[in-house]
Amino acid sequence: MTQITRRNFLKLSASTAAISFSGIPFIAKGEGKKVVVVGGGVGGATTAKYIRMADPSVEVTLIEKNADYHTCFMSNEVLNGDRSLDSIKFGYDGLGKHGVKVVIDEVTAIDAATKKVTTAKSGDFTADRIVVSPGVGFKWDAIEGYDEKASETIPHAWKAGPQTALLRKQLEEMADGGTVVICPPTSPFRCPPGPYERASQIAHYLKNNKPKSKVLILDASDKFSKQGLFTQGWKELYGYDIEQNGKNEGSLIEWRPASGGGKVVKIDATTKTVTAGEMEDVIKADVLNVIPPQVACKIAHQAGLTNESGWCPVNKQTFESSVHKGVYVIGDACIATDMPKSAYSASSQAKVCATAVIASLQGKEMVTPAYVNTCYSIIGPNYGISVTAVYRLEGETITQVSGGLTPADATPEQKAREVHYAYSWFANITHDIFG
Amino acid sequence: MINKKALGSTLLLTAGFVLHINAAVAEDKALAASGADSVMLGNTCAGCHGTNGSSFGPASPSIAGMGKDTLVDAMKAYKEGTRSGTIMNRIAQGYADADFEAMGDFFSKQTLLVSAQNADAAKADAGRKLHKEYCEKCHVEEGTKDEDGAGVLAGQWMPYLHYAMEDFQSGAREMPKKMQKRIEKMVQKEGDGAIDNVIHFYGSRK
Ligand SMILES: Cc1cc2nc3c(=O)[nH]c(=O)nc-3n(C[C@H](O)[C@H](O)[C@H](O)COP(=O)(O)OP(=O)(O)OC[C@H]3O[C@@H](n4cnc5c(N)ncnc54)[C@H](O)[C@@H]3O)c2cc1C
Ligand code: HEC
Ligand code: HEC
Repeated sequence: MTQITRRNFLKLSASTAAISFSGIPFIAKGEGKKVVVVGGGVGGATTAKYIRMADPSVEVTLIEKNADYHTCFMSNEVLNGDRSLDSIKFGYDGLGKHGVKVVIDEVTAIDAATKKVTTAKSGDFTADRIVVSPGVGFKWDAIEGYDEKASETIPHAWKAGPQTALLRKQLEEMADGGTVVICPPTSPFRCPPGPYERASQIAHYLKNNKPKSKVLILDASDKFSKQGLFTQGWKELYGYDIEQNGKNEGSLIEWRPASGGGKVVKIDATTKTVTAGEMEDVIKADVLNVIPPQVACKIAHQAGLTNESGWCPVNKQTFESSVHKGVYVIGDACIATDMPKSAYSASSQAKVCATAVIASLQGKEMVTPAYVNTCYSIIGPNYGISVTAVYRLEGETITQVSGGLTPADATPEQKAREVHYAYSWFANITHDIFG
Repeated sequence: MINKKALGSTLLLTAGFVLHINAAVAEDKALAASGADSVMLGNTCAGCHGTNGSSFGPASPSIAGMGKDTLVDAMKAYKEGTRSGTIMNRIAQGYADADFEAMGDFFSKQTLLVSAQNADAAKADAGRKLHKEYCEKCHVEEGTKDEDGAGVLAGQWMPYLHYAMEDFQSGAREMPKKMQKRIEKMVQKEGDGAIDNVIHFYGSRK
């Protein structure tokens, strides 16, 4: 069935030539070479594992500050009580089985020139290559009244774990008739559909437990990811009137865009009040969730890997830093235009990066990369939607070549299936990262 | 070669020659092979199908050990829209036939890791007999081996198998004619529960 097209024929003859020139195939190994990975989240753990899977002769050390990792993905289901916090908790034993040396400690400095990584308690590590995947950091000075201290009582829950538990507790303690205020940040931020999935999951909880309450989204933007599908779902499940952005009586969700008074001006953490919009409306929240604007996590700044945007510019074929040779940045912290900041993106970038690191250690040329992203969002029971994209490197950009949203006319059966596939994605990606 | 979509845009576009050329170029571009190798391409699927194609469920199908041609045909069918799916149609459009071949190379060489499922023992037992009589001819070696493009059924996730059967029966996915006859005969003779029983048999593989 396979046709020998002109292109295949050229490829065939080229590879034949390569073999006859070199005689026996030359297997270069990264023997004795060392890679240090900073950050054991989605990007870091995946890179460490995939380097070892492709070339077990490379010594890989992963340094992560927390002994347990809580996934942000599916953490919105912890908020509504459908899922336990333990079900999103993962450890590092699986990586040990792949021969990754795991060090639980905080990296305090990265010296890109000498390839030295310094930790708080475990001393220094030197490496031939360094991979950095530290995730996002928060701009604590961006919203008046909301800083790191305030987040101890007003959770962002944009890094999962204790923050998720705190927000869940506050939702449980809230009396019926209360208002849950969610403040999504300006772009770019981790997981663009995340705040709206969160609003959906909380609305689902309110509908079943505190039906006189509502969720108010005070948005820093005028539009959002998968907006059409979300608002359709809110209409079907939570009484949302699309024309009125949910201002109608009985809607469990109201969305106030930036241009409609949604832009947060300041927060008062002690009274849980938000001042928003040009008119400086004062809104009293019963539960307040502020998601601050984001930049690359602190260590990326310390290492000098960021540019004026606050994120890390990279070569998109290899994820090698555009600033420092031999240091690679992946995941939320890097600028991977047009890929969004998501777990699937970080995982996909990690595999490209692992291949590039090995190629560079072996003195080989990097092959053509391939990337995929998918974000599932669960709006309610049996109601899942998704956005997906296949990308190719075209010039300086990772360009989308296919994908898109769940069709607007998807049947209830298809949306139910998407929930089961979302859970499957969670099971498979977490195993791919940590297993 | 004139392909269907390019022809469609010729007929639809009245805005002028320039636009039409652009549409045709875009079409050609979308069809070029990505140039990525089989490992690079195969690794992008792991988030949904599991590392090296063995899925941990509860629903996404495993694709490890699938025959190369079966996988290529499935991808082409998703791309062309002749096979229904929630998400694969959107994904498959990002690749050319050469990419599908590379993916087929990768996954056909992987060994399927089977996860335990909650298969009902009594149903599985009844299903074993039904399988032997109605399905084994094409889904050989108790559905463990992909021969002639029928796929691996044993050890596949049961929700996925239910979806596949629902789509075959509703016409959303075209069923091979001979298989359809067997299914019809089975349901007619053994009752509606027969399909469920066979699925539990496939799900009972350890
Ligand atoms: C509510 C919510 C829902 C989401 N849902 C989805 C979804 O459905 N699908 C999806 O694809 N994505 C989702 N995401 C996004 C996803 O969680 C992130 O994009 C992903 O985790 C990025 O991976 P990363 O490796 O860049 O960062 P992370 O996974 O955050 O990993 C960074 C790691 O680095 C460690 N670290 C940082 N600094 C140091 C240091 N100095 N020393 C040692 N260790 C350090 C951190 O402790 C952390 O473990 C969601 C996010 C949120 C907030
Ligand atoms: C976002 C998740 C996701 C990604 C990424 C993904 N798939 Fe799928 N795949 C699915 C789902 C879900 C199905 C079931 C059909 C559907 O609903 O679209 C499926 C079905 C399939 C099937 C049919 C299986 C069978 O038993 O007949 C094949 C083959 C397949 N995918 C191959 C791939 C390949 C190859 C890749 C990587 C290039 C890939 N998929 C990437 C989710 C995904
Ligand atoms: C005449 C041969 C034949 C017989 C008999 C047959 N099948 Fe199939 N079956 C096929 C082929 C070929 C395919 C792949 C079709 C496609 O992908 O378009 C298939 C696909 C399937 C699939 C979908 C697999 C996937 O991964 O998506 C299921 C489920 C299935 N068969 C179940 C059965 C059952 C149950 C029986 C017995 C009652 C049966 N088949 C009998 C040929 C057969």
